[in-house]
Amino acid sequence: MSIDWFLIVSALVFCIGAGGVLTRRNPLVVLLCLELMLNAANIALIAFSRMWGNIDGQVFAIIVMVVAACEVCIGLGLVVAIYRRRLPIDVDELRELQG
Amino acid sequence: MATTAWLILLFPLAGTIVIGLGFKVWSARLVGTIGTLAIAAAFVCAVLTTISLQDRGEEQRQVVFTAWDYVVTVGVDAKLAILVDPLSMFMALVVTGVSTLIHLYSVAYLSGDRGYARFFAYLNFFVFSMLVLVLASNFLLFIVGWAFVGAASYLLISFWYRRTTATAAGIKAFVINVLGDVGLVLGTFFIFKHSGTVDFLGTFANASNDFTKGDADLTAGCILLLVGAFAKSAQIPLHTWLPDAMEGPTPVSALIHAATMVTAGVYLIARFHTLFELAPAAADVGAIVGALTLLVAGTIGLVVTDLKRVIAYSTMSQIGYMVMAVSAGAYVAGLFHLMTHAFFKALLFMAAGSVISAMGGEQNLDRMGGFKKAMPFTYGCFIIGGLALAGVPPFSGFFSKDDILLVMGEEGGWHWVLYAVGYVGAFLTAIYTWRMIFRAFWGEPVEQARELEHGHLYHAPEPFNPANGEIEDTDVGFPGPEHHIAERALTMKAAMAALAVLACVGGIVLVPHTTTWLETFLEPTFADSTIHPAENDSLLVVGLVLGAVLALGGIFIAYTVWVRRPGTSAQWQARFSGLHKLFINKWYFDEAIDFLIVRPAAWFGRWGQQTFERVFVNGTLVGGTSGIVRAGSAAVRAAQSGFLRAYAALLLLGVVAVGLYFLIQSA
Repeated sequence: MSIDWFLIVSALVFCIGAGGVLTRRNPLVVLLCLELMLNAANIALIAFSRMWGNIDGQVFAIIVMVVAACEVCIGLGLVVAIYRRRLPIDVDELRELQG
Repeated sequence: MATTAWLILLFPLAGTIVIGLGFKVWSARLVGTIGTLAIAAAFVCAVLTTISLQDRGEEQRQVVFTAWDYVVTVGVDAKLAILVDPLSMFMALVVTGVSTLIHLYSVAYLSGDRGYARFFAYLNFFVFSMLVLVLASNFLLFIVGWAFVGAASYLLISFWYRRTTATAAGIKAFVINVLGDVGLVLGTFFIFKHSGTVDFLGTFANASNDFTKGDADLTAGCILLLVGAFAKSAQIPLHTWLPDAMEGPTPVSALIHAATMVTAGVYLIARFHTLFELAPAAADVGAIVGALTLLVAGTIGLVVTDLKRVIAYSTMSQIGYMVMAVSAGAYVAGLFHLMTHAFFKALLFMAAGSVISAMGGEQNLDRMGGFKKAMPFTYGCFIIGGLALAGVPPFSGFFSKDDILLVMGEEGGWHWVLYAVGYVGAFLTAIYTWRMIFRAFWGEPVEQARELEHGHLYHAPEPFNPANGEIEDTDVGFPGPEHHIAERALTMKAAMAALAVLACVGGIVLVPHTTTWLETFLEPTFADSTIHPAENDSLLVVGLVLGAVLALGGIFIAYTVWVRRPGTSAQWQARFSGLHKLFINKWYFDEAIDFLIVRPAAWFGRWGQQTFERVFVNGTLVGGTSGIVRAGSAAVRAAQSGFLRAYAALLLLGVVAVGLYFLIQSA
């Protein structure tokens, strides 16, 4: 199978993820969309790995998964903390750090 | 020998640190003991080092001990190293010896002062700095010692810091001394440029290869070194700080402003004699300035009425002799006078301190008189010091002063002028010294003297500043109300007696045709000197007789004017009122410096502050920069909306833009 198909799928997933990050206001959904973007990159990495017959791409993909897991941990932890303090669960409302 | 040489430095330093750190804990008695013992130990070490130095062959009597290197790289060899040679040992002996006696005197003189521990910490620090200066084996350490000495002098002059006159005098001394430091540093650069080393012995050994005689750079360097020497040794025109420095406690005047620190300039010229002999123009400048100073200071000494200032001007005048001597190549004679002067001038200051304490802090000669019976011991000290200073045989000052003038005469040429000036100066010295003695001790006893004769000490009803009559703040930092002790304390008497003996017999180290101890001792340091005037015995006899006659004549004139016919001085003041005005205003040096330097500098400072700084620095540079930053940050601040999604969109757009750019580039 040509590499193109894999890349098209990867690009589609990435765009869906990016669109979700930009448009949705619920932090949970934003985190989900970030996961989509990361996994789109993983698809591309593994596709390239297969194309070249080289294992490096797979190693990268595993590292990305580890990073993603960490990020979700922190992200979900923040969401729970926000929920516990009865703050609105909305990324647009959380803007106290503005300049 | 290495150990004892380093210990000379370490004892005073340890004394400073121990007293300085524990000034709240130690009792006054303990502080005085620690301070005095530290210096006495340094003196013992100096003696031991000198003895082991004398054991060496004459060729090996210049030894350098290095503790560690700061920087040794291309051309720079900065080391913590001391040079032990006859000259540095001679100075170390004089400094530690006289300092020990002055510490002993201070133990009693400052008892009752609330800054007792502070005083001893400063005094030990001064001795340490002075020893760094004389023991330094390279220019860098020498400059460090030089600057430390200036700082110690500042601290001690403004010791009674509640007196505005004292703090002003301290600042004046410090500023002029820093001017000298700058001259010294710049002069070092001029010499280093050609010699390529900061080490003394290395510089001197190669001096004749590095410089031709009369080299312009060397002359400039030596004149800049002389600026340093003039500032430290109170030579014209940088002398104005010394009379003001009399604001410090009397032991300070005795130690720093008579016996040791002010002779640093003489030491500098003697130490660098190899360079000065290659720059005869600079050496001549030194000799002429020394001669001028000794005359000007002598004339001022004739009219000043402040007891301590008379001695201060006399110090200036005597240092003029020394600077003249070492500049003109009479090194041994100059250093001989340095030593005898340290003895009799410290003695005179101590005795003056005794009189001042009997007067309840008053220093004006006009209000003194008749202390002869009240203070016989002080009177005796004054007589001995006065005879030595005036140069009456066989006291120490007679031999040292005549030795200087003899060499001037033997050198011939235009040095005859210096010879003549020296004898005029000697005549003036005898007059003003004995004027002071006759006015303070003879005549009708004043109230304070009568009270002392009956056994109690005069106390001013209210403590006041003798310089301007201000009532004094009775908190810390002023001479405490119970500070007056006259000559009653044993330690004071012991110190004065020791110096009196030295002032009597100090001349024995170099009596013409009898002893040559000092000359033999200093020989290794000055072996490379090229100035050896032919000895002239008839001149020697003439000089000795002339010196004695002038000294006795001066004393006789002083006796006539101030004792036998008391009105004479007032008559003369009226007749030569112009001259008197010139002298009493100190030849208008303060006014001239004020007019030529201080006021233009102050005007420039005001202009700089009001025009340059306000318009250019504040308005343009600072205002412009901050305006640009403020405008830039206002623009960026608008982008900081706090909307997470907007940030993400910007990020994405940016990545897309970069990607597009590379795509277009690669196509």
